Amino acid sequence: MMALVLTFVLAACGQSNNNGTNNGGNGGNTTNNATQGSGNAGGNAENEGNAGANEGNAASELSGSIIASGSSALQPLVDQASRKFMDENPGVTIQVQGGGSGTGLAQVSEKQVDIGNSDVYAEEKLDADKAAELVDHQVAVVAMAAVVNPEVTVDNLTKQQLIDIFSGNVTNWSEVGGQDQAIQIVNRPSSSGTRATFETYALGMKTEDLQGSIQEDSSGTVRKLVGETPGAIGYLALSYLDDSVKTLQYDGVDATEENVANGTYPIWAYEHMYTNGEPNEVVAAFLEFMMSPDVQEDDVVELGYIPSSLMQIERDQGGNVTEK
Amino acid sequence: MAQSTKVQQPKPHIAEEWVGRVYTGICIFILIVAIFSMVYFVASRGLRTFIGDGVNPLELLTGLKWNPGGEPALFGALPFIFGSFSTSILAALIAGPLGFCAAVFMVEIMPGFGRKFLQPVIELLAGIPSVVYGFVGLSVIVPLFRDIFPGQGIGIAAGALVLSVMILPTITTIATDALAALPSGLKEGSYALGATRWQTIYRIVLPTMLPALLTGIVLGIARAFGEALAVQMVIGNAPHIPRSLFESTSTLTSAITQSMGNTVMGSAHNNALWSLALILMLMTFVFVFIVRWLEGRSKI
Repeated sequence: MMALVLTFVLAACGQSNNNGTNNGGNGGNTTNNATQGSGNAGGNAENEGNAGANEGNAASELSGSIIASGSSALQPLVDQASRKFMDENPGVTIQVQGGGSGTGLAQVSEKQVDIGNSDVYAEEKLDADKAAELVDHQVAVVAMAAVVNPEVTVDNLTKQQLIDIFSGNVTNWSEVGGQDQAIQIVNRPSSSGTRATFETYALGMKTEDLQGSIQEDSSGTVRKLVGETPGAIGYLALSYLDDSVKTLQYDGVDATEENVANGTYPIWAYEHMYTNGEPNEVVAAFLEFMMSPDVQEDDVVELGYIPSSLMQIERDQGGNVTEK
Repeated sequence: MAQSTKVQQPKPHIAEEWVGRVYTGICIFILIVAIFSMVYFVASRGLRTFIGDGVNPLELLTGLKWNPGGEPALFGALPFIFGSFSTSILAALIAGPLGFCAAVFMVEIMPGFGRKFLQPVIELLAGIPSVVYGFVGLSVIVPLFRDIFPGQGIGIAAGALVLSVMILPTITTIATDALAALPSGLKEGSYALGATRWQTIYRIVLPTMLPALLTGIVLGIARAFGEALAVQMVIGNAPHIPRSLFESTSTLTSAITQSMGNTVMGSAHNNALWSLALILMLMTFVFVFIVRWLEGRSKI
């Protein structure tokens, strides 16, 4: 029994290594996890009787608990996937908390939680030595689009026009080919991961908070404000787009899943699930489940993210794009 | 028989006495520990900005630019302090007269209907979650202001109006209690001298209960000062001192809620947010002292 479980541990770790692109785990944590793993194995032996019902399914013999916290953008996906995982593995309990990317990264770095969900790379929030301890698991891609009030007549904005608008050089829609109306910026707080993604990949620069601009952290509120405020411009994840706002082209490219996947539309980011060192057996099984077609082709698509498997390109933290 | 009751009688008394003492003692102990650890936690985090990150406290209190994540990092929190004070005081200016009038109506003018229906309805306002207030503000007040006034509707005016409804129950309840506790001899004396009802309310009742009314208003301001979610939804959150009541600005609480989850504990940005929380806490202390001082001046 023990040997069987340990084989599974090793198999799970190996697989998750293949999935994660960043294998920066350190040795100390691996030993730590191995001890935890055997602790769980002991627990499994006691549950053997129950698990016997689902024979043939190795994952059903798992038991333990996982706490994940962090990004509120990623929370619905992890939450939905965790419920599926718990249905298949009655011995496992998974708690998914929000709190923001910064909270998730800080907590996983201090080992208060098993998984830290983040919209941004750990290196952007944590000190270099702390970030190096974390192992990145990129579970999905989220793309964003600039949106405007439906009454704005502009359909396309170039990178330079967006820079001008968000840095306050252009304050009227007539200057970028629209009607004569003041531009109202609906931004995110400067600490937000969504804003970081938009600034990095759409503008290529950091912007300051302008006098009179609106800042909201929640996508729902941003959408409501952009939809109702005359002359408003903001940006939203593709999953939040609907008829109440008008989606703009970026440099003439439509914000669609295909364009993100083939690399022509650049405003997107990976959704990260970080573990501190290599994950233990239960966490590894869950992360593997996140990458399985069960989740990738179902929940990921349903909730408006783009499955990592669809991506024809890869992009590293420095923004260098390579064909897969 | 008689002897045994005599011996047994004192026992439950002593036991009861001790149960009560121990229970109260434990409760007080938990309270004190909770309050002190909270104060210590906020203070130790908040002071790190000045000690660890080397920010001048004066810069935090008077600086106009807030950009803790930028290069160079700027920690000017004056726009937030200004926003917090202006929204809460404006809210109190709106809610104070309303609360007083509601109290007069419920106690003096129509006690039956007022106390039976109006008071529960007003107290109900205290039980509505603040996100509901924020959403109503965003859906009703902001579009209304956008149509009537120049600007986008968001800003101090919208925040103050939402807050005034939220603090109305506090002010009304305290004013009602003070009014009901007013010795009837005062009013009767005034009537006996030939004063009308309004003269009595205006000249006798209002001055006498003013300290109590002010206590309610200060408690209301303290409540408004600490309210985060509802204000955050309607104020716009730009870290600038606005040029009008209808321009995006920010408060201490909205700045904290917007960025706390996105920043990493221990980073300079996060510490600066704790400093804002420390300012909030110190202001609440000030409000508590004002309330104590007003209570001491109470004439009732």
